[in-house]
Amino acid sequence: MSHAAPNPSSVSRRQFLREGMRLAAMTGAGAFVGLSIGRTGARENYVWQIDPSKCVYCGNCATACVLKPSAVKCVQAYEICGYCDLCTGYFVPEPNALNTGAENQVCPTAAIERKFIEDPYYEYNIIESLCIGCAKCVEGCTRFGNGSFYLQVRHDRCVNCNECSIARVCAGDAFRRVPASNPYFLKTSAH
Amino acid sequence: MRALFPKSLFPALMGLLAACAVASELRFPPPEFETDYTMPGITTPPPRSLAMEYVDTALLVTALGLAAWLVHRRRSRRGLVALSVFSLVYFGFIRTGCICPIGAPQNVALGMFDPGYTIPLTALAFFLVPLVFSLFWGRTFCAAVCPHGALQDLVLIKPVKVPLWIEQGLGIVPFIFLGLGILLAATGTAFIICRYDPFIPLFRMSGSVFGLTLGGIFLAAALFIGRPFCRFLCPYGALLRLGSIVSRKAVRITPDHCTQCRLCEHSCPFGAIREPVKLPVTPNALAPERRRLTWLILALPVLIAVGAWLGSKLSVAAAKVHPTVALAEQFLAGDKAPAPATALPTPETRALGRAAETAPELIAAASEVRRRLGIGGWWFGGWVGLVIGARLISLSLRPNRTDFEPDRGACYACGRCYLACPNERVRLGLITPAEAAALQAHAPVPRPDAKPS
Repeated sequence: MSHAAPNPSSVSRRQFLREGMRLAAMTGAGAFVGLSIGRTGARENYVWQIDPSKCVYCGNCATACVLKPSAVKCVQAYEICGYCDLCTGYFVPEPNALNTGAENQVCPTAAIERKFIEDPYYEYNIIESLCIGCAKCVEGCTRFGNGSFYLQVRHDRCVNCNECSIARVCAGDAFRRVPASNPYFLKTSAH
Repeated sequence: MRALFPKSLFPALMGLLAACAVASELRFPPPEFETDYTMPGITTPPPRSLAMEYVDTALLVTALGLAAWLVHRRRSRRGLVALSVFSLVYFGFIRTGCICPIGAPQNVALGMFDPGYTIPLTALAFFLVPLVFSLFWGRTFCAAVCPHGALQDLVLIKPVKVPLWIEQGLGIVPFIFLGLGILLAATGTAFIICRYDPFIPLFRMSGSVFGLTLGGIFLAAALFIGRPFCRFLCPYGALLRLGSIVSRKAVRITPDHCTQCRLCEHSCPFGAIREPVKLPVTPNALAPERRRLTWLILALPVLIAVGAWLGSKLSVAAAKVHPTVALAEQFLAGDKAPAPATALPTPETRALGRAAETAPELIAAASEVRRRLGIGGWWFGGWVGLVIGARLISLSLRPNRTDFEPDRGACYACGRCYLACPNERVRLGLITPAEAAALQAHAPVPRPDAKPS
């Protein structure tokens, strides 16, 4: 018996082991798929969204997003809005005058449009292309007003990171994965 | 249809909500307009449609099949480069990443351990399909489908040979990274594989300074070191390596027979080509190797046990990564030494304010995370012990190679070695058999220090 020549039985043993492992892996993968499909629950994809009731308007949405400017924008719930002349989401505390002067505005990018409707009501619109999601207006409106301004992840901008970089640092723990078919928290009443 | 759903429902929903919105909750009752003012609606732009996710999955399967065909049937490096460019553009710069197979093990782990998260079908497909392909055709995903691999492969201009001991030593990092990623994802702590991904910020051309810097470093390294991310970090590559080891088909450098001319030896920039192994002249020469292997196999359970014990010690530190635990600890520390009152609230003070309001729930949640990480720490430590032990054992196994062959696990199936083989050139009609013989005659001679065993 010669040890110098390659042992053919050893080759077939390795081949056998390899095929056995492959079969085991395939079985495992099949079982895993069956298990996952068999579980009840949503099959659809998830997207990230902010629960407005948990938001503490910390400002991280403007800075932590992988996109610059952020995919988070302020939205206006017109049904809740009081259409106030002295809007606490629009004006800084004790403004010089109730006009559109930059020194009177809370918004650092002048992304809120103030439009006269009828005495004494004004409509406030968010200009999304300017909004950076800093939540300064959200804080003013929620703490002193009706809370019609609130932050939402805008899904036309969001790249839907597997781990949202804002969710990681959210001071209110307000970010969560929601089903992609129902991707917004629409605010229905104050607070 | 699904994408249009929120929009079509919207007016009806809004009407309902307007009726429900209780005026008494509002500080300033909504006005009764006298003019014919109509209230604008909120726009709700839909996310990327599910149909597009299915298109992505179909493209993934097609690209994997094409790559397998190019690697094993066509044996075409040029075709693989073309497919790489497509994958880089589509899966990289157009799709911009998530959810990709590299990060998908975390989604799988979260789906298994978090009852509130069911893994989406497309994420499951992205996790499983490249793995199943690797069981049959090796790492065809790495070859030309993964945008990370494609990017590094295409920028490689001057490969430097990495010493084998560094290669083997750092080669266990992907397995450890995979274990850590799964541990932190299963406990809902973090998705570190995504957080420290170097190339996604480059694909998005946007990201944190840290992410873009990391991407720049890896890209610069990839100019001289073949695929540094794939070899020394990629956790999904670790899984594909396992699949590739037992794959049905493996890359063969030569189309027919190996003349051992050594011309292919340096064609692999990833150090995956292994020399033939000669058996020793006397069988007794194998005895020390057998003894070493026996000791290593006996040491494996010890390594696992030590690893598990060390891992359980690490879990307290790991828990600090979890935002809830971090906040709870900060809050409890702040109880003893009250933070100085600042004029402007910061995200930290707002988070602490929330902690003060919900202290009992927060602390309960944090200790639950701690408990789960404590259990996970044992598993993770044991896994690290197993990885180190298995690597030592695999290094002590005697391969029975008679030809120059790529290491089944390490080979990315990039196709660079094919054209280095004179027999392949003859097969393609590029040179005549006589020219091939001349090439082989001038081939590098075996190194004099090469050991017979």
